[in-house]
Amino acid sequence: MNSWIVSHLWLIPAVPFAASLIILSLSNARRKSAAALALFGQALALALSILAFVPTLQFPGFRSVQNFTWFTFGEETLRLGFVLDPLAAVMLVMITLVGLCIFLFSVGYMADDKNFTRFFAYLSFFSGAMLGLVIANSLLLLFIFWELVGLASYLLIGFWIEKPTAAAAAKKAFITTRIGDMGFFLGMLWLYGRSGTLLFYDGGSGCLESAGLAMLSASATFIALLIFCGAVGKSGQFPLHVWLPDAMEGPTPVSALIHAATMVAAGVFLVARVYPIFSVGAVNGVTSSLTVVVWIGVTTALMAALIAIAQADIKRILAYSTVSQLGLMMVSLGVGGVAAGIMHLLAHGFFKALLFLGSGSVIHGCHGEQDIRKMGGLRRLMPVTFMTYAAGMMALSGVPFFFSGGWTKEEILHATAHWPRSHAPYYLILAGVVLTALYMTRQIIYVFFGYTRAAAERSHESPRVMTIPLIVLALCTIFFSVVLTPAWPWLHGFLTGEPVHFDITHLIQPMLFVSLVLVSSGVGVGYWIYRKAGVQNEDRAAEIDPLEYAQPALFRFLANKMWIDELYDRTVIAFSWMGARLSDWMDRYLWDGLVRGFGAIGQLFGIFTTSVDERGINAGVDETTAGARGLGRMMSAAHSGQIQMYLGAVAIGMLALLLLYAWLA
Amino acid sequence: MTPTLQVFLIVSAAMFSIGLLAALSRRHAIFILIGIEMMLAAANLNFIAFWRFGPQHQPPIGVMIALFSIAIAAAEAAVGLAMVIAVYRHYHTTNVDQLDQLRG
Repeated sequence: MNSWIVSHLWLIPAVPFAASLIILSLSNARRKSAAALALFGQALALALSILAFVPTLQFPGFRSVQNFTWFTFGEETLRLGFVLDPLAAVMLVMITLVGLCIFLFSVGYMADDKNFTRFFAYLSFFSGAMLGLVIANSLLLLFIFWELVGLASYLLIGFWIEKPTAAAAAKKAFITTRIGDMGFFLGMLWLYGRSGTLLFYDGGSGCLESAGLAMLSASATFIALLIFCGAVGKSGQFPLHVWLPDAMEGPTPVSALIHAATMVAAGVFLVARVYPIFSVGAVNGVTSSLTVVVWIGVTTALMAALIAIAQADIKRILAYSTVSQLGLMMVSLGVGGVAAGIMHLLAHGFFKALLFLGSGSVIHGCHGEQDIRKMGGLRRLMPVTFMTYAAGMMALSGVPFFFSGGWTKEEILHATAHWPRSHAPYYLILAGVVLTALYMTRQIIYVFFGYTRAAAERSHESPRVMTIPLIVLALCTIFFSVVLTPAWPWLHGFLTGEPVHFDITHLIQPMLFVSLVLVSSGVGVGYWIYRKAGVQNEDRAAEIDPLEYAQPALFRFLANKMWIDELYDRTVIAFSWMGARLSDWMDRYLWDGLVRGFGAIGQLFGIFTTSVDERGINAGVDETTAGARGLGRMMSAAHSGQIQMYLGAVAIGMLALLLLYAWLA
Repeated sequence: MTPTLQVFLIVSAAMFSIGLLAALSRRHAIFILIGIEMMLAAANLNFIAFWRFGPQHQPPIGVMIALFSIAIAAAEAAVGLAMVIAVYRHYHTTNVDQLDQLRG
């Protein structure tokens, strides 16, 4: 039974894809069957993923590979394949479980949308593409699914296509990630040129196995960095993070899916998957490519956390927190804590889906309002949303002991503290942890505490179809900690293949106190700054942020996202505009001028010949032309201008030639 | 059924005829383009089939011709679609029945 699913791994992505295709063929009115199909497909994929998870528990370092030949071209054979290992298995379960919750939530959230069926078709497609990405055993196959994920995100971010901002955001997401994908593609070609295979594992000759890695030698650094470009684009790392906050224009379940289970997870997953290429020639676990990963991650984590403090849109704050957390994961991967990074990715998947769905519930309750300054006091009006949201907030802030995010963040801090090259990333991400606690406290205070402001007045708790996924995800967030604690780091051992022992004395680590101090200081400072937020003050209007009041210039800098979008507008985009204008000018004046010049020469020659003609003209020519004109009139009747009539005549002519040929032969 | 040359030729002829029918009967310019693409695909199939069942088939030749032909078809589709867009901007229609400015 177990080996059956291991050898039919392709079924897992195939199920949501099939569901998506069937839903697409349904009419718009079949809303119930569309939702049922999508949910059923996702549930089936979850069941299959759990079935596939079971055999990986048999022994540490389990890996099963199914390779097949795509096509043969001359001497070359292009092979693709699927792989099942602990990394793929945990990702499969997380994606399908979180996906199922989000699908269920969408049934309630999108209930009034006129394109309900199309939405579920896209969602299923998204989840199928991500599942395929996770089990791909070939960089090419991974790339194919990677692009399908990109396509699905484009379709979903721009789902409300009649909103111009949504259409622009979808385009921005697609093009920005495409810049990274270009690097990914080049890295893939280089890798193929060097090692001659794109299969990850192939009985010893795959590109991630020792024989393949030995062939890379010095180029490994560049290949790794090029592949990392793809991860930077997909996972919203600096400097390609600009698309992620704009992607909030999509429906909230889409944001949850993009930020938790699919899409942005793909970049981190990619780095973890091809980690052997990054660590070729490592001394003490440090290589130059991994150092780049660390610094990109640190920059992203800190910058996004700072920007998040000054945002007013509930979903944008979460978007920047995702960017920041992804930076943290990249740091963890870069310093060698692959297992810690993946654990944080999984924990993040649960609590970020929870937070996004919670924000969706808030937005739903506030009738589409997304500005946190106009909410407030929702604690009493939406108790279930508040409780689950608080759980997600504490996991994201890294509150230790009860919340999965706390344990994984600690693990990352632990890995970073022992990085031999520099201690700066460690201290910088400590600052990031404080900032995370700070902006989440700000959000919670604005949305759930204090006085009820304009948008929240007529709000209500969401229907059960939306609260049940929230409760499930909150429970996942809390009970996921069981396999994360240092006392019994089962998941860590499962991912690294090391044996694990239960030892309660390991539960209390020095790092626990560090993160306890950091988180409580973040929450404390946040409470102190924002305790009066949204309240009219003697010298401050209610809608002005306390930080804005204290530091207007700094606040403006952060609220405008450090002017990175404007910088890109002035540089990259202005540059391509200039290129386009230059080409336009060249086309209009240079080439056109040349053509006109030749035309003028012809004209001069024409004037000359005209005069010759006119002098040498005779009546005979007139006669001939009259005849020709008559003939021409006759022929022109056949020229109806109907292109298909011409094509038909050609077809008939060809048929006639064929018949003639058959007759003669 | 063993794949013989005849089978491929019949499939190819069928594809060609379907494509021709589409190109002749549809009124929307993009569908005509699709019909043309189908005819091209039928020709590609013939290339491959004749190469595969021909007297001598060195590995890459037939596939190579088909690949080139696919690349050219892609370029043609790009130009064709661009023309459809240009025509649409100018005439506000893509119905080829109404595009008869070149009539005699």
